[in-house]
Parts: sequence; C-alpha cells; structure tokens
Amino acid sequence: MCLAIPMKIIAIEEDGLTGTVDLDGIRYPVGLMLVENPSIGDYVIVHAGYAIEKLDTVEADARLALFDSLAEVYRRESGQEVALVAPLQPGTGES
Amino acid sequence: MDGFRRLAAAAPFRKRLHNHGQTLAREGRKVQLMEVCGSHTMAIARFGIRGFLPESVALVSGPGCPVCVTDPGYIDAAIDLAGRGVIVATFGDMVRVPGSRTTLARTRAAGGQIHTCYSPMQAVELAQKNPASEVVFLAVGFETTIAPVMAMLDTAIRQKVANLSLLTAFKLVPPALSALIADPEIRIDGLLCPAHVSAIIGADAYQPYAAKQGIACVVAGFEPLDILYGLDGLVQQLVTKNPHVENQYSRVVKAAGNPHAQRIIDHYLQPTAASWRGLGTIPASGLVLRQEFSWFDAQQRHNLVVQPGRNNPHCQCGEVLKGKIHPAQCSLFGVACLPDQPLGPCMVSSEGSCAAAYKYS
Repeated sequence: MCLAIPMKIIAIEEDGLTGTVDLDGIRYPVGLMLVENPSIGDYVIVHAGYAIEKLDTVEADARLALFDSLAEVYRRESGQEVALVAPLQPGTGES
Repeated sequence: MDGFRRLAAAAPFRKRLHNHGQTLAREGRKVQLMEVCGSHTMAIARFGIRGFLPESVALVSGPGCPVCVTDPGYIDAAIDLAGRGVIVATFGDMVRVPGSRTTLARTRAAGGQIHTCYSPMQAVELAQKNPASEVVFLAVGFETTIAPVMAMLDTAIRQKVANLSLLTAFKLVPPALSALIADPEIRIDGLLCPAHVSAIIGADAYQPYAAKQGIACVVAGFEPLDILYGLDGLVQQLVTKNPHVENQYSRVVKAAGNPHAQRIIDHYLQPTAASWRGLGTIPASGLVLRQEFSWFDAQQRHNLVVQPGRNNPHCQCGEVLKGKIHPAQCSLFGVACLPDQPLGPCMVSSEGSCAAAYKYS
C-alpha cells in the first residue's frame, strides 16, 4: 500500500539516519537512510516507515498549475465554478 | 492535495480521451492498457476512472499487488515457523492470505505469536524486546518495499541484533512485465507504470518496452488527475503511433531512480528465480540474500524450505493478475469469496483487483 501524500521533515536525529515527519500536525518517526542529504523542511514520500524519495516541489507546483489551468478552461467553457469533490464520477463533470 | 482532485480538471481529460477514442474507432483500432500497481488499481476503482475511457480503450489490472502474487506455500512456511514458537512479524495484509490449509490470522487465534507492523523497523524492536526468542520478518514486496526492508536489515546488523531473520519473497516488477508482454494470450499496448516502484528503479527501466516492443509507457502518480493524465498520455502515444517512456510523476520519480536505495538493495541481495501466483516461475524476478548474509535468511537459520503450496482450485486470481479476466468473471467473486471471507489473495489485500472491484462496484 503506497501512501502518495508527501510528509515534511521536521526533525533529524544526530545519527542522520532517523527523524520525524509531520502530516497535518500528526508526527511520525521516519527512516532517512534511503534519501540523499535529508534536510529539515524537505518533503518526502514515506513507504513502510522510510523516506524513499524527496518531493521536487517545483515539479509538484508545475503539475498543480497545469491542473489549475485545465480547471480554468472548464470554468470558462461551462460557466460552472470549480468544485472540489471526490470521488470523481464520469458523466457531467459537475459536483 | 486537493489540487490533484479537482473535478473540473477531469472534464478536459474526458473530452480528450473521447476524441482519441473517436480517432481509434475511425481507424478500426482497439487498444489495451494495463496498470501494474495496486495503488493505481484502487484509485481507478474508487474514482470510477474506467468510466472516462472510450469503448476503444480497455484498461486491465496487472500483477501489481505483492501480497496477491505470493505463493500459498510461502504462507505455509510462515505458519510452520509460528508453530515452532518463532515470533512472526509481518505487514498486516499478509495475515488473511490463504495458505494451502489455513491463514496466519487463524494461527494467531490459536495462540501463534504473529505481530503486524507498519514498518519493518518494528521487527527490530520486537527482536530487541524478546532476546530469548527468534523473530522472523515476512519480507514480501516489490522494489518500493525491498529498499526499506534492507535499510532495516542494515540497522539490525549495525545494532548486532542476532535473533532476527527474514523469510524473503521479494519480487521485481520489470521481469514480470517482460513475462506478461511475452505471453501470446495477453495483449498490452500501453503500460501505466507504477509510481513508487519507479521512484526506486527509475523511469528509464521501462525504456526497453517502448524501444524494443513498441509499448507506450507512462509513469503516473496516484491522484485521480495524475491517473487520468497518464491514461491520456498513453492513448495519445498510441493514436500518434509514437511509443516512448513519459515520466509524468517527475515530482518524485527520476530517470535513473534512487541510487541510495538501489545500492543498499544490491549490497544485500542477488537475483533469483521466483514463483508468482498466476504467472508461474519467472527467471531473475526475485531477490534473495547474498551468501555472506545467509545468517539472516530464515530458511537457512530455521532449516526450512518453502515448497509450492496448493491454491483453491476454483480461484481464478491467476487469470485476474494477468488481466485475462475481470474479477466479476470468477465464479467465486462476491458469492463464496468476499472481503471478510476471502478465498483468493486478490480479495484479501485492499490493493487486490477483486477487493477493489467488490468495494467500489
């Protein structure tokens, strides 16, 4: 089971191998052995208690911008406001 | 997170997929895509993503759930260890997987010491807390999980934890993809490549499929918009007859993957043939501990050999895992085989195709 939600490193132990990540105010211990030069403030993808990769926030923002622009196209074409709902359902594209 | 779930942003994808579908239909073409990641399988079911696809595009699930492809003989071996008084530490979704005769859950109810962990590090803690007992960690998983388990082993060795060993059933995704692609009964035109396996092995790992076999490949994230964008990318490649590897999850996945994770895996493990439920034995598709670390191999330490187990003869998980049938086409699905009384592994794991199909049908 992969958790796709990036978590923020908020503390690193002296050995540099373990630390603490935060997700929405909840803190978890994390292994840092698999990522290069982990730093406080980095966002990481955590799997089975270990950070397996850092999140590239520039790339993440670029992708969000793309999705935003698609939502904007929809808003212009349909005159509908953008809604945030899940789950998605095929069909009308409205909430 | 919400930015990746914008319903409105899904509308243009539906339109684009519909247009691609019309192009394919005009040319009399039908294409088949496969997702090979359990988390993709779940998200596709949960968000009704198949409903976005035109008739000329089929999407099937591949062997993307490590629990689902584990042979029942492996469960039998773990149950055997528990019967000898060994403390078994495992990821939670293994406990309900049917072995040949019973499950770890029933073994636990009968007094077996079976502990579920969310992180392999908890197996180290268990071993340290129980110095007079042997602890065996059920080391099951794809590349994403293999790296954390090896990081745990590295810690165990440095902390001189002597009463812990691993019962390995690690599996590698690329050899399984190669086996599926070589199967004449399965047609795969495009691969929705796994997100976090790719974080370890890198997007370049799929280059041979695109270059040599003309299969469209897109590495996609887990959010519904990521998946829609990924499917759109795959269909676009097929419409324009330009198969290549596109990494749409570059916010996490690098072309060459994670070198730290690759190094630690290579340090401790070497390739071996592995038995996959549904796919049979695939050469070099598994990893075992190198000879110099055989002290940590539970099979050697406990003088145990994992033998092939017995599957329920009516269970069609194997066909499901190859994308040959949809879960609902299995005679047991939703009748004798249900999430709270699973007969096959694809119904056990929340990532299994059958569990996802049942939950969101």
